[in-house]
Amino acid sequence: MSARNRELLALVPASLLLTAGFAAIFIQESEVVSDVSLTYGAWFLGLCFAGHLFLRFTLPHADPYMFPLVAVLACFGLVVIYRIDEDLARQQATWFVVGLLLFALTILLLRDLRVLERYRYTIALAGLVLLFLPRVPGIGQQVNGAYLGVGIGPISFQPAEFGKIAIIIFLAAYLRETRQVLVQGSRRFLGITIPPLKHFGPLLVVWGAAMVMLVFIRDLGSSLMYFGGFLALLYVATNRLSFVTIGLALFAVGAWFFASTVTHVQDRVDIWLDPFKPEWVERQGYQIAQSLFAQADGGLFGTGLGASLLDAPDGNSLIPAPHTDLIYAVITSELGLVGACGLLLVYMLLVERGFRTAMLASDSFSKLLAAGLTAVLALQVFVIVGGVTKAIPLTGVTLPFVSYGGSSILANFVLLALLLLVSDRARRPAEGAGGRRGLR
Amino acid sequence: MNAPIIRLFGLVLVLFGALVFASSWWTVFGAEGLRDNPANRRILFEEQMIKRGIIRADDGTVLAANRALPGDRYERRYPTGELFAQPVGFTSLDRGRIGLEEYYNDELTGRRSDPIGALERLLGPSDVGDDLRTTLVPDAQEAAYDGLADRNGAVVALDVKTGAVLTLAATPSFDPTDPARAETFNRATQGRFPPGSTFKTVTASAAIDSGRYQPDSLVNGENGKVISGTPLDNFAGEDFGEITLTDALTNSVNTVWAEVAEKLGKETMGEYMRKFGFYEDPPMDYPDEQMVPSGEYSPRGRVLAPTSGQIDVGRMGIGQDKLLATPLQMATVAQTIANGGLRMEPRLVQKVVDPDGRTIDEPLPEEAERVMSEESADQVAGMMRNVVEQGTGTAAQLEGVDVSGKTGTAEVGDGTDDLWFIGFTDRFAVCAMLERQTGGTGGADAAPIAAEVLKALGE
Repeated sequence: MSARNRELLALVPASLLLTAGFAAIFIQESEVVSDVSLTYGAWFLGLCFAGHLFLRFTLPHADPYMFPLVAVLACFGLVVIYRIDEDLARQQATWFVVGLLLFALTILLLRDLRVLERYRYTIALAGLVLLFLPRVPGIGQQVNGAYLGVGIGPISFQPAEFGKIAIIIFLAAYLRETRQVLVQGSRRFLGITIPPLKHFGPLLVVWGAAMVMLVFIRDLGSSLMYFGGFLALLYVATNRLSFVTIGLALFAVGAWFFASTVTHVQDRVDIWLDPFKPEWVERQGYQIAQSLFAQADGGLFGTGLGASLLDAPDGNSLIPAPHTDLIYAVITSELGLVGACGLLLVYMLLVERGFRTAMLASDSFSKLLAAGLTAVLALQVFVIVGGVTKAIPLTGVTLPFVSYGGSSILANFVLLALLLLVSDRARRPAEGAGGRRGLR
Repeated sequence: MNAPIIRLFGLVLVLFGALVFASSWWTVFGAEGLRDNPANRRILFEEQMIKRGIIRADDGTVLAANRALPGDRYERRYPTGELFAQPVGFTSLDRGRIGLEEYYNDELTGRRSDPIGALERLLGPSDVGDDLRTTLVPDAQEAAYDGLADRNGAVVALDVKTGAVLTLAATPSFDPTDPARAETFNRATQGRFPPGSTFKTVTASAAIDSGRYQPDSLVNGENGKVISGTPLDNFAGEDFGEITLTDALTNSVNTVWAEVAEKLGKETMGEYMRKFGFYEDPPMDYPDEQMVPSGEYSPRGRVLAPTSGQIDVGRMGIGQDKLLATPLQMATVAQTIANGGLRMEPRLVQKVVDPDGRTIDEPLPEEAERVMSEESADQVAGMMRNVVEQGTGTAAQLEGVDVSGKTGTAEVGDGTDDLWFIGFTDRFAVCAMLERQTGGTGGADAAPIAAEVLKALGE
């Protein structure tokens, strides 16, 4: 079976899942199975089919599983957001359509990925500007002590979502160029491999940016994500664990410094360590404490879609920000540990396809780009799910493709487009090599 | 560059493994602690959002219902208050649940565990619970509390044929709408009292069913016989000489029954006690924490084995020694004898009805055990009829119906007595008990209460 036919088949379960999910919510809310769930399922299948047809014509050799996996995640998100707020779900569906258009546009415009290499410094600059935009007076927005959003008139978006892609593109391009020098020009000093400062400079700038983000953006999660992505790329490019160790040590020093001096970061860590402390369990610790209570309520199989308690009878929210930061807690509460692990498994499979794409890619830039984008996606999942499950301090990043949010959906569809572009190139049968190679 | 990519993937696997571990921790292993966390108000709200089933008496009187609160929540109300507080219990967020509210909590909240219930849960958890139709009779319950007045004690009435609990009264009762201050000790099921002479019915059952005695067997009723090395006196030191076993019960002759028990031996006595339901919690649909077994208790509060060396079987045979019994257990003794030797499990609930009006469970009746042959039971019953007709229990007589019974005035050891009466008609068995009274007898004080309850039941 050809790659595209496999993709088409794989889209069917995603649509069935969406139909079943909506049916479950309708039953829970009005005790009738409405045929609207079928309509929604059909719409979703139609959209996915359109995306599939587009891929069939533009990237016939691209990985057949990534798009259906993303469809599953998106349908997971749509169902859960619908359960939280019907209006938000309609907006999210709209963003889903816009995301697909942007996805198509990205693929059409970047048929040759090497364009990105050429504009690497421009992209880096754009990325940095995007990252610091939320602190620009007048348009920056502060949420929960962190500067994450930008509002220009009625439009508001989270530039960090796009910033992460720009930074990864720059790093992939820069490291492709300098990886040899970084490795060969290194000197050993006191048993530690020191990379040449000249070439390491720009990378230090990235580290500095991550640290500055901690202070200015006040967002530990995003900075962890960026810096993690940076280290992952550095490691893949040089295969030197010592670079990663140095990087981690620098980050740890920086994080420790800010954790002990910047009160915002310090508070987050204290709350993380003991969210149930009576002084703040009703205030700063409320979010994480309620998140854990909701998850405990879910147990192994969950309360069922639509059955978990989101609001207290007095109107207070029992799961704050259920459609964005804490959507994982809602999923665990309603679908239980089983549903949550299922969701993690889908991410796992997507990440596996991403890294596989990186390994199949023939040129260094594509390799680094695919590995970097995949790593940053995996890290984003880790940062938000880890935060919600109190494995790490809770910070506000979105759950890719699942959380409500236009910026997040659009940026992640661009990320998917880039991965598929790399994949199509890598899996294209060599011309004149006598037919197709049996690549999976 | 592929090797580092594989290693990177390995690292991601480890990170995701950590996420799975954290999720499992909060949802399964650490969930209990989170549910008990005082800051967790989810359980509270969820319970309040369930419309618990209504608990009704046998005649439909509402014993427990709901009052609507703002925000789709409900609060329990108990229209009959203290009258049915002991059997019905309460449900409270601070003090938990007791009584039927606890025993039937799954049904009352619509969380049945049977296959159909599980299927319905899959289709969406119910927020309306199932109703309970109890076997309790309000008139008889009132008669019991009127009879107990402000004295500590208990009254239990059972349906002879089915074991249905018609009355379960214990004083002091409590206000179920104020669980925080409720003294919930239930003397009918948790109270341990020496049963005194009422226990002679058990000794008589063992004596006759074992074939060792007949109702007309001649026995020696002289005062001051030596039992287990110590002389034993009859009530008021009366001397009876040679009499029949029936007369010995009619006049409650201690020395006869102590001697009978001694001759039957610990093993036989223990065997019949076990059949009557001693040594274990009564098999009633009521929380285990609120019931205690009857039997000989060691000074440390443990139930002694029937053959224990610490038991003075002679004095046990007249309901003294270290023997302690609950009023519920003694009511079961009366029910068994009245029912031809077939002991029934006591049941408070006759029907569980779902919100659509379908009867989904009928816990009643349930046979417990055949204690003795029907013939033996009839002979013991005949002996007990004499007690009410011409013996110590005449105060339990009712017009137009034969009442059988046995009185008991048990020494507690501090000068006060526990006053007992157990008895039955063809349809109803009853046990009335008054705790630590000064200068009364079972026949004079407990028997009239039993008579009033039987009358209220329709005799």
